[in-house]
Amino acid sequence: MELAFYIAGAVAVISTILMLTRMNVVHALLYLIVSFLAVAVDFYVLGAPFVAALEVIVYAGAIMVLFVFVGMMFNLGQHAVKMERQWLSPGIWSAPALLAAVLLIEVVYLAKGSTGAIGASVIQPKEVALVLFGPYMIGIELASMLLLAGMVGAYHIGSRQAEKPEIQHDADTHERRADTSGDLVLAGAHQPSRTP
Amino acid sequence: MFSLGLTSLLVRRNLLFVLMSLEVMLNAAGLAFVVAGSRWHQADGQVVFLFILAMAAAEVAVGLALVVQIYRHFQSLDVDGLDEMRG
Amino acid sequence: MVSLLWLIPALPLASALVLLLFGPRLSRGAAAAFGVGSIGLAALTTILVSSSFINAPPAGNAYTQVLWTWMNVAGFAPQIGFYLDALSLVMVLVVTCVGFLIHIYAAEFMIEDESYSRYFGYMNLFVASMITLLLANNLLLLTLGWEGVGLCSFLLIGFWYREPANGRAARKAFIVTRVGDTAMLLGLYLLFTRLGTLQIQDLMQRASAQWRPGSGFAVAAALLLLGGAVGKSAQFPLQVWLPDAMAGPTPTSALIHAATMVTAGVYLIARTHVLFALAPAAQTAVGVAGAGTLLLAGFSALTQHDIKRVLAYSTVSQIGYMFLALGVGAWQAAMFHFLTHAFFKALLFLGAGVIIDALHDEHSMFRMGGLRKELPVAFWTFLIAGCSLAGLPFLTAGFFSKDLIIWSAWSAPQGHPLFWIAGMAGAFLTSLYTFRLIFRVFFGPVGTPVTKRPGYAMTIPLVVLAFFAIVAGYLKGPFLAVMDSVLPRTVEAHTGLTEVSSEVVAALLFLVGVYFAWLFHLRKRSLAEALVANPAAHALHEWWFAGWGFDWIYDKALVQPFVWVSQINKSDFIDAFYTGVARLTDLLYRGLSRSETGRVRWYAAAMAGGSVLFIAVVLFL
Repeated sequence: MELAFYIAGAVAVISTILMLTRMNVVHALLYLIVSFLAVAVDFYVLGAPFVAALEVIVYAGAIMVLFVFVGMMFNLGQHAVKMERQWLSPGIWSAPALLAAVLLIEVVYLAKGSTGAIGASVIQPKEVALVLFGPYMIGIELASMLLLAGMVGAYHIGSRQAEKPEIQHDADTHERRADTSGDLVLAGAHQPSRTP
Repeated sequence: MFSLGLTSLLVRRNLLFVLMSLEVMLNAAGLAFVVAGSRWHQADGQVVFLFILAMAAAEVAVGLALVVQIYRHFQSLDVDGLDEMRG
Repeated sequence: MVSLLWLIPALPLASALVLLLFGPRLSRGAAAAFGVGSIGLAALTTILVSSSFINAPPAGNAYTQVLWTWMNVAGFAPQIGFYLDALSLVMVLVVTCVGFLIHIYAAEFMIEDESYSRYFGYMNLFVASMITLLLANNLLLLTLGWEGVGLCSFLLIGFWYREPANGRAARKAFIVTRVGDTAMLLGLYLLFTRLGTLQIQDLMQRASAQWRPGSGFAVAAALLLLGGAVGKSAQFPLQVWLPDAMAGPTPTSALIHAATMVTAGVYLIARTHVLFALAPAAQTAVGVAGAGTLLLAGFSALTQHDIKRVLAYSTVSQIGYMFLALGVGAWQAAMFHFLTHAFFKALLFLGAGVIIDALHDEHSMFRMGGLRKELPVAFWTFLIAGCSLAGLPFLTAGFFSKDLIIWSAWSAPQGHPLFWIAGMAGAFLTSLYTFRLIFRVFFGPVGTPVTKRPGYAMTIPLVVLAFFAIVAGYLKGPFLAVMDSVLPRTVEAHTGLTEVSSEVVAALLFLVGVYFAWLFHLRKRSLAEALVANPAAHALHEWWFAGWGFDWIYDKALVQPFVWVSQINKSDFIDAFYTGVARLTDLLYRGLSRSETGRVRWYAAAMAGGSVLFIAVVLFL
């Protein structure tokens, strides 16, 4: 059992790394799906069959599918791949990697010292359900409201017509706004004079 | 996994990749919760994971809708191009 | 009746408050009613108080009225208290009565000015401060009045503030008197720390009990008080402000710079005469200052062509006489001269005001002439005042008072023949410059034509003052008797010159002066021009015209170095502190605004960095 855990974990990490470094969006998505499936296996081994099923059905099945739809919709071809290659020089990885590494070290330091057997007990779905509808009732309700809000919001945002191309905002005054690039303080200072 | 997700979030400029790394990070956090629940033999870890899942779903829905709008508006998915709200 | 004493400063003060707070809303009539009326009531009150005081003198010939204790700090408890004795009575009478006449005059003189109520507000505030000064029973309250009159002098000299030159003159007056005020305050500190009180009467008693005559402390304190007096009374070396103070309106010059404020120094010395008697060195300094000033100012008055400046230098010179009297110990003579001087000098200034107003703001006597037919009242009153100033024998008050001083300069215990010679020389100069003025302005061919004649409000005070300028001299006997209660009578210590013979010499000098003035300025005016054309004489003329170069000396020695130092210290390290704060804020602003890039990844990195730091803090601290 433990071996299964570590193998699945390794698969998850490796496929995540692969996902990060892909140029093509759809390739990366597929790798991500693999990563999620591996994590689902991890969950099962840990003794949480319910969330394992959930992971596969909801996360990999619904959310990732949504991503795939959108990614395919954009139809990003070779041009996008070239852009990605341009953007991702090796040097760029250094600072964020350092930051993340520091965070990793801190978290590992915090988590050290607590060991336990893997898969010692299996928590059945029935137990989870009892806890869900008991103490965490309100969480359920809130989550459902959140999903409703998300649905409505997504519908509205998605349904808006594409706006007209970007024009100057003071179209009604026939003036060009001065370029106060980045300087809130001076924003009001360079007003061109109005002709009365 | 969280660190990986964080790194990739900071590095990649394509919007979709940013969202994907966000998912990775969420997943990693959920994994941590489940492990903790298993460690102490409580169902609470799984419950929290359920909530994280619901939240991620809602976020993805809205986020992808926004991505679609942005693409229509700016004709590109470059995150750095979305810097109009600067000081 | 005497208990009405507190009303005398209170009435003008209340009126000043009303005028200054509600001034713009008051009509001319209302403002004049407040301004003149309050002084009139104060004068009436003074007369009532003084008649009650003289008919039924209180114990010790002094009346004290304490209103309240000003402060009580560690045993130092000065009061708002008034002390009335013959000295302060005389001075308050002069201030209120002459002040009243001048206010009536000003009511018409300033009628066209747009800041009418502001003017009367300042004038009333001045009178209130002056009376506080005179009636104060302790030196701290006196200093309050002292500062008040200095302030009002500044405000009134610079009354027409839109003209920069007036502002400069006002500043000059204030700064110069400030120098004197500082000396006076140091004197007060010395007196307080050594003798433990500032109540004037207690101070005098303790001083004579604790300090031997000629002791260092007495001399130091007296010299410091002299410094203050010299500043306020425009004596050497601080006389430079008074001629420039003529930039103010003429009634102001009449009230402040002729009759009242400039005599504050004389009052101070007379009040503390016990202290000066304990310090002969200081008293001699007083006399020397007085003698020097009267000659210095006399020569300068001889060369001026602005009539007000002639009168200003004349004032400086006459106060020099008063200081001379104080310096030789002729206390009563000094006060008598103060009385007569107030009348004729105020009259001279008011008359000058009439002339200037009538000739539409012409100040130079060389452009005037022949006014005795056009302005008869002004001519006769001016003539009377001029004769009083110069000392026309027996007919004018000035003769009596000035000759008393000059004779005392010889005969008093601290008198000296040199002082007498200086006094006589001064008398000659006085006669000369006074009649130079009169002959140029009122006689000869007509210069600038008269465009305006004065009304009753301006002429009646002239007549009243002229009356007193003659009559006051005959009150010499009773006056000195009244003064006996507060100032010691001068004994005749040096013989060799009788009073009569001194008077004869003075009368002769008067006549010689009139003759020369007539010769150079009426009979053959070309002689005057010829005299000045000579290069040596011309240089001398220019030098005296510029007040013996004191302005130039002070400018080079004091003003320029000070300005230079303040220039190089303009951005000193204290300023750096404040600009540093501003600069720091600016720096922070720029830095922080740079961090707001609008890029999501940058913000996410910031969040990650922040969480790393936070966890580190939790872990390791």
